[in-house]
Amino acid sequence: MITEVAAAHPLVIALRQESSSWLQGAKEEFGELTIEISADRVAHVCRYLKEEKHFERISTVTAVDLYPAEPRFQVVYHLHSISRNMRIRVKAAVGGESPTIETVTGVWPGAGWYEREAYDLFGITFRNHPDLRRIMMPDDWEGHPLRRDYPVHGHRYDYMERGGEQS
Amino acid sequence: MSRETLDSPVATDLKAVLETPIDSRPKLMVLNMGPQHPSTHGVLRILLELDGEHVVTAVPDIGFLHTGIEKQCESKTYQQIVTLTDRVDYLANMSNNLAYVLAVEKLLQLEIPPRAQWMRVMLVELTRLNSHLVWLGTHALDIGAMTMFLYCMREREDLLRLFEMFSGQRMMTSYLRVGGLAMDAPRGWEKAVGKFMETFPSRVDEYEDLLKQNPIWVNRTKDVGFLDVTEMIELGITGPMLRAAGIATDARKDAPYSSYELFDFNVPTATENDVYARYRVRIEEMRESIKIINQARAGMPGGAYQADAPKVVLPQREKMKTQMEALIYHFKIVTEGFRVPEGEVYQVIESPRGELGYYVVSDGTSKPLRVHMRTPSFGNLQALGRMVEGKLISDVIAILGSMDFVLGDVDR
Repeated sequence: MITEVAAAHPLVIALRQESSSWLQGAKEEFGELTIEISADRVAHVCRYLKEEKHFERISTVTAVDLYPAEPRFQVVYHLHSISRNMRIRVKAAVGGESPTIETVTGVWPGAGWYEREAYDLFGITFRNHPDLRRIMMPDDWEGHPLRRDYPVHGHRYDYMERGGEQS
Repeated sequence: MSRETLDSPVATDLKAVLETPIDSRPKLMVLNMGPQHPSTHGVLRILLELDGEHVVTAVPDIGFLHTGIEKQCESKTYQQIVTLTDRVDYLANMSNNLAYVLAVEKLLQLEIPPRAQWMRVMLVELTRLNSHLVWLGTHALDIGAMTMFLYCMREREDLLRLFEMFSGQRMMTSYLRVGGLAMDAPRGWEKAVGKFMETFPSRVDEYEDLLKQNPIWVNRTKDVGFLDVTEMIELGITGPMLRAAGIATDARKDAPYSSYELFDFNVPTATENDVYARYRVRIEEMRESIKIINQARAGMPGGAYQADAPKVVLPQREKMKTQMEALIYHFKIVTEGFRVPEGEVYQVIESPRGELGYYVVSDGTSKPLRVHMRTPSFGNLQALGRMVEGKLISDVIAILGSMDFVLGDVDR
């Protein structure tokens, strides 16, 4: 859904003219523009934003887990244009058993570590990533800690039950 | 020495090495630098593939200090998280406090009184001095100038005493809270800060005198650590490193927060884009911070230090004991925390290391759905591999120092 305020934004107008099929929503809150796109066009849209709209750098790639909703993950990209002094947020929804999305490392190599982090902590696979390994957790770690169904204290101890034992 | 004479023999060596198949490459050695190496400034491990003295590839291995702060944020109330943000970048605590509280205040649409805003500016600039002092001391120590470390730690001690005076803590201050400050500035703060500011400017000149023309320092830092500026931007480098490459981007000017627009200061830049230029930029930044602190001291507004928002800010002790309503609010805030309307915000500030961003998503409850920290050290460290490729192994130490990362900030 594109809100009325966001529809008047020059960037949204340009994106709609380019191709409106993958533009799923846009909103402007607290002076921050958010664009929602379909997950299969992420690399394409990012390349367009970088080359045509001067978003030279990517601030961060991360994800939000909306468990138990489906599709449960939102992959969030924060882009920054130094020359135009402008920031936007691009979001794409992914879900299913093994959430997968295209990498944007081909557009900004700096996305590499952020995508590794999202892979490690959320279990989202970034297709065609040059070096998709765990980055924070040990290589043999099981599970993805930032998922909402992963307990804060981990699986090793259960503090909630009396006399929780080490398994 | 020009860049060509330094780089060209190395660059051809590297090209030849990379073109030969791995099996027949001449005597490459893998060296494990860290995780317990004094000049990695924390627990960072770098896998260096060496051809003699030259680095062929460098792969940083991080995560040793990962404490799951982002996960913990999801089970804490908004006000409790302030204490976690201190521990992200333990050399720039107030900067992390500020980025977080600004994000939550934006979601709450709180109006922060001018005194709190100015006090925040002053403290964040003092934090910048603190962080830059540690950087300068350790960076110089790595390259062999031990005196610098002792001088910088001497001044840092004064700063830590100031932080203790304000917040009761030397490092984990948690002094900035959602809605303002934890408490009003202590009695006599003008005098204490004034005393520090009297001596400090001349101390910065002293540091420069020690290093600027020191032949060892100049030889180890000039023409070292060059990387093409477009590549730096694409790799996510921000802060003083990018400014030393000639890009004058600074969140304090580009998107002023906490009334930075009222202060008069410059954004120092350099164009050489080497370790020496990064040193010069940071030294100049210290001078600009001094200017900002002095303006904040001179024009510090009076009045409230917390927003007028009884549902968010804890009531004064006096009111709590005389007014029923204040007591109820106190009980509610302490037991269940305040609710934050649904929404998402990405708040960027200029930390001593670069772009520090907090992405806070609220689902309308008293605990956030997601807090993501875009920390400058993580983004900057990513470029290490590219920056040291083909350079001498001794340059790795100088380049690491010039990046000024904090491992707590990288791993979170």
